[in-house]
Amino acid sequence: MGLTSKLGNMGIVTTRLEDTVNWGRTNAMWPMLFGLACCAIEMMSTQAANYDLSRFGMELMRPSPRQSDLMIVAGRVTRKMAPVLRQLYDQMPEPKWVISMGDCASCGGVFNNYAIVQGVDEIVPVDVYVAGCPPRPEQLIHGIVTLHERIKQERIVDWA
Amino acid sequence: MNLIRGFATTIKHVLEGPVTIQYPEQERPVRERFKGRHALKRYDNGLEKCIGCSLCAAACPADAIWVEAAENTDEERFSPGERYAKTYEINMLRCIFCGYCEDACPTEAIVLEHEYRLSFNDRRDAIYTKDRLIDPPPHGVPATPQVTEPGQFDRSIPDMENPK
Repeated sequence: MGLTSKLGNMGIVTTRLEDTVNWGRTNAMWPMLFGLACCAIEMMSTQAANYDLSRFGMELMRPSPRQSDLMIVAGRVTRKMAPVLRQLYDQMPEPKWVISMGDCASCGGVFNNYAIVQGVDEIVPVDVYVAGCPPRPEQLIHGIVTLHERIKQERIVDWA
Repeated sequence: MNLIRGFATTIKHVLEGPVTIQYPEQERPVRERFKGRHALKRYDNGLEKCIGCSLCAAACPADAIWVEAAENTDEERFSPGERYAKTYEINMLRCIFCGYCEDACPTEAIVLEHEYRLSFNDRRDAIYTKDRLIDPPPHGVPATPQVTEPGQFDRSIPDMENPK
């Protein structure tokens, strides 16, 4: 949280509107459950007690796109799944972000064939790519922290 | 009696401490054989172990490695033997960290280390070039290219150990 200054002993903290909004966005970002393959197991494990995504304000994995802010695409996206993924992304309210978790979602991984989309960024704009096959829970959390750092850089003039 | 036994389990777990690992602040150490990001190794005299043979690229099931070799000379020597890797690129988003490159390498030049923090804002950042992969030379040793005596590093694998 970007605290700009503190006024004497009055107990008042001033900050910028951008910082407050970005702080709010980073600390209540509900991810959408989009487990497609083995990466989903690691995503579940990140959500579970040992790594506990609730520490980052991600209390629940929302299965409904209307209540989610972040889409974690975990696993390989087939060409048949691609229109579904795009539709769910379109149904998410703004602002929305996408994390491409794992090799297959990021660029196809080992599945360089006609059935798999070679990178989910062909369909939706991806903010953070997480490498690994599948990534450890720490790697996914590192990706989420990378996304938080990116959101904290956002400015009001860019929102319009 | 069954009721007491059932609640005993519940109460036992209530009294246990939390198991959560506070990841960005606190890290769980990885196993010794964990395969994370690659590193290209050097010999003690600072020469690179990689001889640009592309066996790692051939072994890679995901085609994540790209190697381009060039000739060594005694005036500009990067590695022992005839050739060195002029370009060595690994796409971390393709790599599945299986370690086949490590097994295929005849000089044990490429090793999968324990670094796992690999997140990228742009997929172009995920292509690790040779200068990002290679270890720094040991302390007090010049980096490559080096000027060497003719005939000193003719063999690509300088000291082959006998099988044990």
